[in-house]
Amino acid sequence: MKKKYYLNANIVDPANNIDQIGGIITDENGKIEAAGKKVNTNNIPSREKFIDLKEKYIFPGLVDMRVFSGEPGYEYKENFRTLSNAALSGGVTSVVTLPNTNPVVDNVSIVDFLKRRGRDKSKINIYPSASLTKNIEGINMTEFGLLQRKGIVGFTDGYKSIQNTRLMSRIIRSAFDLNCLVMQHAEDLELSSGGMVNDGIISTKLGLQGISYLAEKVIVERDLTLLEDFNCRYHLSQISSAASLEVIKNKKQNVNFTSGVSINNLSLNENDVGDFRTFLKLSPPLRSEDDRLSLVNGIKNDLIQVIVSDHKPEDEESKRLTFAQAASGASGIETLLPLALELFHNESLKLSKIIECLTTNPAKILKINKGSLSIGNDADFCIVDIYKPWVVKKENLVSKSKNTCIEGKKLQGKVLKTFVKGEELFKL
Amino acid sequence: MATNSKKAIKISKKHLLGIQDLSISDVNYILSEAKQFIELNRSKSKKLDLLKGKTQINLFFEPSTRTQSSFELAGKRLGADVMSMNIINSAIKKGETLIDTAMTLNAMHPDIIVVRHQDSGACNLLSQKVNCAVLNAGDGRREHPTQALLDALTIIDRKKIIQGLKIAICGDILHSRVARSNIYLLNMLGAEINIIAPSNLMPKDIQKFGVNIFSDMKKGLKDCDIVMMLRLQSERMTSSFLSSNREYYEYYGLTPEKLENAKQDVLIMHPGPMNRGIEIDTNLADDINKSVIKEQVELGVAVRMACLKIFCE
Repeated sequence: MKKKYYLNANIVDPANNIDQIGGIITDENGKIEAAGKKVNTNNIPSREKFIDLKEKYIFPGLVDMRVFSGEPGYEYKENFRTLSNAALSGGVTSVVTLPNTNPVVDNVSIVDFLKRRGRDKSKINIYPSASLTKNIEGINMTEFGLLQRKGIVGFTDGYKSIQNTRLMSRIIRSAFDLNCLVMQHAEDLELSSGGMVNDGIISTKLGLQGISYLAEKVIVERDLTLLEDFNCRYHLSQISSAASLEVIKNKKQNVNFTSGVSINNLSLNENDVGDFRTFLKLSPPLRSEDDRLSLVNGIKNDLIQVIVSDHKPEDEESKRLTFAQAASGASGIETLLPLALELFHNESLKLSKIIECLTTNPAKILKINKGSLSIGNDADFCIVDIYKPWVVKKENLVSKSKNTCIEGKKLQGKVLKTFVKGEELFKL
Repeated sequence: MATNSKKAIKISKKHLLGIQDLSISDVNYILSEAKQFIELNRSKSKKLDLLKGKTQINLFFEPSTRTQSSFELAGKRLGADVMSMNIINSAIKKGETLIDTAMTLNAMHPDIIVVRHQDSGACNLLSQKVNCAVLNAGDGRREHPTQALLDALTIIDRKKIIQGLKIAICGDILHSRVARSNIYLLNMLGAEINIIAPSNLMPKDIQKFGVNIFSDMKKGLKDCDIVMMLRLQSERMTSSFLSSNREYYEYYGLTPEKLENAKQDVLIMHPGPMNRGIEIDTNLADDINKSVIKEQVELGVAVRMACLKIFCE
């Protein structure tokens, strides 16, 4: 690999406080050699060829903390190859995959399998998570220590919460001892049982059973209270309501934890469900516009640190059903960045704040050396035209499943190129 | 948009999926057509040939006695070829999806499909996949438009006008499509609506539809002209909503004592089937001075004839 110079770019690298015109240099080993405003035509050897980016943007490769990979068991929905192509087209270079596969990622041998498949088939960095309980049954804990030693970055039961309070308190203690990251999907499954959309005027109008914001709030409140005793590394995977944020704000004073939000809950609300659009059946459900605005403010006020795609590829047959029968979740890894940029274009959030939530913050929580352009790091980055207009069309999606929840949406911002370890792996 | 000219009246929708989609002129048009069929149904010769040569398919995914027979009779009286399919024990059991069933039936060129399904929005999905008109005969908890229309027709038949009436709808509102359709329709026609239900059976934010909500039945019945009782839908209740039928009857069953809070000339309605002694006192249900439950069934046929005629065109 040759040394490369990318100059005259708008570099946004929140980890190193870079938000200015400058350049980056990638070395022969695919590492970052330099980044920032000092990298310009005056400071590089004149005989070297360079690439003029004409003020297009450079972001560190995105780190998506919540992705369903399909492998093993659901390869007809997605596999490592299709997932990494979809990710690269959206500027995502590292993902945390969910453990709710078939079989479930709950033991050491399956981690070996995943790492081998990930290495052979994927072009991006795959960080598998493992389940908190065996077979995601919510009864017995998995071997946190041994799994972590094999390379598991965090533990979650995927789309399920731990319901049993005693078990949760024991999980928190074990995670504390072994310095493991617990990532909870907060939902009281008894309270939300049978629910499909936010509980409110829309659920009443459509005649669909609602999921109250309380189902999320009681688990958030319970877990954050349990952390008062043993404060393990704890992350709320995705919160959806203003009420949960209120709890988070209060608990911030005496316990340490982090929170994430899905780009869907940040960009859409319950009205988008419209006339029974099953592609907008999501978990957690889309809530009211007030909730959405609170979540945006939550990012502004540092109550939420991470934005995820919550990429959940589903084949068409799982969605061409009545709302009650349809699967929940939306494919979203390739639209994560463009949809997040909408929050910049409509002046809801600063660009550097958005990029922080998509790169360095998740990397720090996961304790992985990604999401920044620091010298010596792998050169994972993307070049983006943040003003380029385009329309989301499912036939143009790269992911194996086309269940986007923003079909037909007009967006601004498109990834032009994506690099992993200095190598250009995607070009528009 | 609505015109005053009688000749120009036409329904604004292709399908009858819910009262929500209808305009007030649509509703008046359906009701005025239905009135013409009331006399016909009481006469000796009940058969017309308005729908001669048309095919009507009744597609019922949920058990139904009165709605299905009412639609079947309505179609036959208008001269249509009527086929009734009970899917509870057919293709769906073999794994066929709703869309595939719709496509299969569509290939047989029906002119109208009457559908009942346990999932809200099922008729909307179906209507996107077929070429003919779709009439909703009840979808999940969402809507049951012909029931609301026949209720309105019954009220008009007895009280002349709906504007200004105070109407209580009482019981299992949460699971009730009848309640939702009636709220939209009676609101549109100018009634004041009181919704009475225990909090466990009250849908969230229903007051935003412009109704008053009560958990105390006596207060909710105060000065009402009409009391509409709903069936307790035990088959849709998956976990404990109520302690017992005995207690429910005590607090939410319609009894002569509670009815005293309503107006003297109050009318009692019920979409059926009734749970006597659970939501309604058995003598009240049969009280010919107050109960119009049988009339509802009678006018149901007329309303469905009107809907079939209008949406077949």
